[in-house]
Amino acid sequence: MASNSISLMWRGIQQRYNLIGTKCKTCGQAFFPPRKNCPKCRRKGQIEELKFSGNGKVFSHSVVHAPPEGFENQVPYIISLVELEEGPLVTAQIVDCEPSEIQIGTKVKKVFRRVSEGGKSGIINYGYKFVLDR
Amino acid sequence: MKTGIVGYGTYIPKYRIKTEEIASVWGKDADRVKKGLMVKEKSVPAPDEDAITIGVEAARNAVVHSGIDVKKIGAIYMGSESHPYAVKPSSATVAEAIGTTPNLTAADYEFACKAGTAAIQTSMGLVSSKMVEYAMAIGADTSQGQPGDALEFTAAAGGAAFIIGREDLVAEINDTFSFTTDTPDFWRREGQEFPRHGARFTGTPAYFKHITGATRGLLEKTGESIEEFDHVVFHQPNGKFPNAVAKILGVPKEKLTAGLKVVDFGNTYSGATPLGIAAVLDICKAGDKILATSFGSGAGSDSFSITATDKLLEKRKTQKTTVQKYIDNKKYINYAIYAKYRKKIKAI
Ligand SMILES: [Zn+2]
Repeated sequence: MASNSISLMWRGIQQRYNLIGTKCKTCGQAFFPPRKNCPKCRRKGQIEELKFSGNGKVFSHSVVHAPPEGFENQVPYIISLVELEEGPLVTAQIVDCEPSEIQIGTKVKKVFRRVSEGGKSGIINYGYKFVLDR
Repeated sequence: MKTGIVGYGTYIPKYRIKTEEIASVWGKDADRVKKGLMVKEKSVPAPDEDAITIGVEAARNAVVHSGIDVKKIGAIYMGSESHPYAVKPSSATVAEAIGTTPNLTAADYEFACKAGTAAIQTSMGLVSSKMVEYAMAIGADTSQGQPGDALEFTAAAGGAAFIIGREDLVAEINDTFSFTTDTPDFWRREGQEFPRHGARFTGTPAYFKHITGATRGLLEKTGESIEEFDHVVFHQPNGKFPNAVAKILGVPKEKLTAGLKVVDFGNTYSGATPLGIAAVLDICKAGDKILATSFGSGAGSDSFSITATDKLLEKRKTQKTTVQKYIDNKKYINYAIYAKYRKKIKAI
């Protein structure tokens, strides 16, 4: 991994490990990834940090059969748009389950997993994925 | 200075492979293996799980159980023989993932299967000397046995985390005692994927000598008798060894039951004794006394005298996870999927 992508990865650690985003105190809208200003309130917006609960539901999903390099031993796997209970949509894998167990609205919760790795010798990226919340 | 457990958490991956399934691949008699090892199935980590992800899940569960402010955790020690990096601390990633950074000390431990209990002892020292208010000790592993080797039937994945403190204890740690020698019973050289072991050498001069040495040393130090304990946990590389060492030490079988979980998910190495202690804490009564002795090859044992308090029962009312819940949340896979998940297929 090139050093600029390592620094990008490093800057996103809190975001990925703990689902840290932001929220506008003025209108209540939550943002993930975090935004520094509220598009609705503009200058009246007051932005503060927000740790998302990690609970959400499936907004949409698809099954990956032709994986990018490094994901071969996970095939087939599920990529989903998860609607967090605070509002934002995030793209993430749903793991430890079969595609047949998932439909729109299925409740999920965050877990901590390996997201990618730079081959056998590079940095391992950890972060959020989701599992069924039973 | 009194120290003990303020909160604890566990984690076991969802996937399981049955002893029969492994035996059928290598032409072994499944019934004989099951009877010999007393293990019916073992846990298998998902392809995106490792000792760090297991440590993080257990640590997060421990924080929720304790109810403490995570910023007050001044030290994290994580024991494992499967740290994902040779150089880069697992403990720092756990610290970041539970939100204790940056004002804490952290380090990784390795002592085969007893690195988790060594982390508990270090935590007790830092907490009792008031160097830190709380310390977290984690034992977590995703151990591998060479395909076809006897260890493949038991090498499993799981972990537990304990938050050690001075007040509001769910269990007091009355005392601890260790027994350590240089014994070449099991090893893995740097850069090697699978461990090697001295076969029959792993029994008498290793497991039995060190567990009895540490346990008897603890009882001598504290003046307690083994009959005083309501539950006993021994390191569990399989089901046979803890039963045999219990017999040597005069512990009746029924006192092992609550903490003997190897039969359900295999040997979780650094996680094994910590998970055994956690399984007892999940179900024991206030005032129950627990004796726990780990074993790590190479070799050493750490023995603990623990007493559960009323607080444990209070916290149980809101406890979200238990060892039993993880045991029940399982999905069986066959050997081919297991080989894929554990990266035993070398062409990809
Ligand atoms: Zn706004």
